[in-house]
Amino acid sequence: MKTTDDAAAALGIAGAACPTPHVEAERVLLGHGSGGLLSSELLRDVIIPALGPAAPGGALEDGAVVHVTSQDLVLSTDSFVVSPLFFAGGDIGTLAVHGTVNDLAMMGSLPVALTVAFVIEEGFPMADLRRVCASIGAAASAVGAPVVTGDTKVVGKGAADGLFVTTTGLGRRLPQLNPSAERAEVGDVVIVSAPIGSHGTTILSTRAGLAFEADIASDTRPLHWLVATMATVAGDEIHVLRDPTRGGVASTLNEIAQSSKVRIRLEESAIPVPPAVSAVCEMLGLDPLHVANEGCLLAVVTRDAADRVLAVMRTLREGHEARVIGEVIEGAGPRVVMRTRIGSTRIVDMLVGEQLPRIC
Amino acid sequence: MCLGIPGRVTAITDDAGLRTGVVDFGGVRREVCLAYVPETEIGDYVVVHVGFAISRLDEAEALRTLEIIAAMPGAMEQELGPQLRDGAR
Amino acid sequence: MKYVEEYRDPQLARQLLAQIHAATTRPWSLMEVCGGQTNTIVRQGIDDVLPEGLRMVHGPGCPVCVTPLEMVDKACAIAVRPEVTFTSYGDMLRVPGSHSDLLSLKARGADVRVVYSPMEAVRIAREEPRRQVVFFAVGFETTAPANAMAVIRAHQLGLSNFSILVSHVLVPPAITAILDDEECGIDGFLAAGHVCAVMGWREYEPIAARYRVPIVVTGFEPLDLLEGILMAVQQLESGRAQVENQYIRAVRRDGNQHAQDAVRSVFRVADRTWRGVGRIPSSGLELSASFRPFDAALRFCVDDIETQENPACIAGAILRGTRLPTQCPMYGGACTPRTPLGAPMVSSEGTCAAFYNAGRLAETGAPARTAGSVS
Repeated sequence: MKTTDDAAAALGIAGAACPTPHVEAERVLLGHGSGGLLSSELLRDVIIPALGPAAPGGALEDGAVVHVTSQDLVLSTDSFVVSPLFFAGGDIGTLAVHGTVNDLAMMGSLPVALTVAFVIEEGFPMADLRRVCASIGAAASAVGAPVVTGDTKVVGKGAADGLFVTTTGLGRRLPQLNPSAERAEVGDVVIVSAPIGSHGTTILSTRAGLAFEADIASDTRPLHWLVATMATVAGDEIHVLRDPTRGGVASTLNEIAQSSKVRIRLEESAIPVPPAVSAVCEMLGLDPLHVANEGCLLAVVTRDAADRVLAVMRTLREGHEARVIGEVIEGAGPRVVMRTRIGSTRIVDMLVGEQLPRIC
Repeated sequence: MCLGIPGRVTAITDDAGLRTGVVDFGGVRREVCLAYVPETEIGDYVVVHVGFAISRLDEAEALRTLEIIAAMPGAMEQELGPQLRDGAR
Repeated sequence: MKYVEEYRDPQLARQLLAQIHAATTRPWSLMEVCGGQTNTIVRQGIDDVLPEGLRMVHGPGCPVCVTPLEMVDKACAIAVRPEVTFTSYGDMLRVPGSHSDLLSLKARGADVRVVYSPMEAVRIAREEPRRQVVFFAVGFETTAPANAMAVIRAHQLGLSNFSILVSHVLVPPAITAILDDEECGIDGFLAAGHVCAVMGWREYEPIAARYRVPIVVTGFEPLDLLEGILMAVQQLESGRAQVENQYIRAVRRDGNQHAQDAVRSVFRVADRTWRGVGRIPSSGLELSASFRPFDAALRFCVDDIETQENPACIAGAILRGTRLPTQCPMYGGACTPRTPLGAPMVSSEGTCAAFYNAGRLAETGAPARTAGSVS
């Protein structure tokens, strides 16, 4: 008897398929998400070992108890569906940790604990799952926020694009910070912590058909240390903190302008774009202001606090190229405008629709 | 017309009879067909459009353009001396 | 980036602007016929800082925008076929046809792929011999040599599963058609630098002479455009009507002979319909007799598709330069980059999209005039 089919045939049961799944070590199966033996094996043998020191310890309960002494807690959640999953500078796992840590940071809080939920497409390679979990583990350990609980579901082929990851973060508020998109005021200054455009151009240039080799990598990194450092020299004077992810700097500033009902003016010559990013944007006809970032933040601070904040940002690697790129000015709003290199002024709008590489 | 980007030729190969190369655009490298610029050599700059080099950039002329413009009187300055540019290009 | 950054220098830009202001004593209208130039002009706000009375009119310089509706319909008809892998430059994907567009078809399962270079399409044909690979060959003279090489290569490799859907257009006949138009108020032209890098500028000389209009071959960076505009104004002010070359670092009078030879062997000149402009004789390219087997329109029998344009879209007037997007009742409302009614809104080089993305909304009306301000 070679196979279960042969056994079935021998017993005269035509067309019977044995319901006991043939356990395949190579790919994720629907059975891995069903909550039974395969699920706990997936957790025990793949996910938890790969998460490393960031993994939940002890018995696997339905949730986790977290001890927090501060009064103000912050919660944030985000889903990650990036394609491709792996790219220069990181992968969906690194993004999933940094993205949520950064959302907590933009609220002026430091991460305490994380949860991770996976939705995995049937047939997903186990090796890739291990790799993603290892990335999550490494990123979470580096940040000092353990993954305390999570969930895993497997869906049928075609029902998900490989792997979707959702992370939720619990954060502890830094009491001196009170940032909000509504707080930008005339006279404030707009600071960017690092050059823009790396993440989006990395993703686009990794996609098939474009075939570039570039000195660019995603800028994904945690920004909470940067925020904590900024908080040592300025508290309430930091009016807004935002990380310009999807839609880029342009979209984020437009959101701030709308929430605060102000007019923001950028200086084109002040906006830092790495040469390779600039080159890819030229080739694809993209505007760096609309390209996603994962490792920089925008801060709108009072004019008085600007020098102090910049100085302290520049002491950290993730902020050493921080600079002022614009200001909140008098005038009709909500609007974001930009003074071009040649001295004219144009409106900077949000990104509309999908970014398709402009070719011709 | 559009999206012709200047880049530096860093390698030249033959892809089954088709002259090809690698062009570096400020840190981004891509394979480019060099069939239409057979006179280019490594180190030359070319204008690339949809994966094809369509013209070699003349460094001397590039500099001349900038010099001519730089020699023009500025917005705040008075007219000083003759124009350097001649009408025949 | 070398050869790019230097031509964006703000100080030199101010000097050029000062020169333009000093040179302009009468009202003039200049037209550029190049999507890339339109983009730079609009994004850098160049037309905002020119002297009062010096008007930039944006001509039909975006090959995506001038692709006729029926060509998009043919592309869609081919792309839905299960055996076809339809490859295209990115911009063509969102151009609306009569019923659909390539991006929507892709979302519904058609094998539509964006490629950066037509050689990618040839590579796909080699690697996937069971697929019929079709390449949407759109573009001006700049792109024709690349598309020609793809066909030559496919021929050399004996690929029977590769074909192209040709929608090539030529610039000089368009300029002539615009000049022949009674409504034409254009005094001078900026010729597209990269079209001329391939073709040279000889063919513009008879046009300049016959219609008495200056034509300046111009590059794409802000300094190039400003210098090109200055040269055109200086000609107009002194009553000259010649072809001049601003883009001296990349363009020579005879252009690129190798590229022209390849185009001549693969294509031949044919009449073409330009979206919104109409049929212009000898204004396009079709495959020459020996390469006719690579014609996708014939191979997939879509040659008989005929379509009508969306009546609300004033693409024609936009492309001829007789209307601004801000003067279109649909602009910014029913017609936006997300819901485009016609091609000039779809391609980010199209006049309407360029205006919209630079924030020229109907509320701001005509571009703000900051007369004389160059700081």
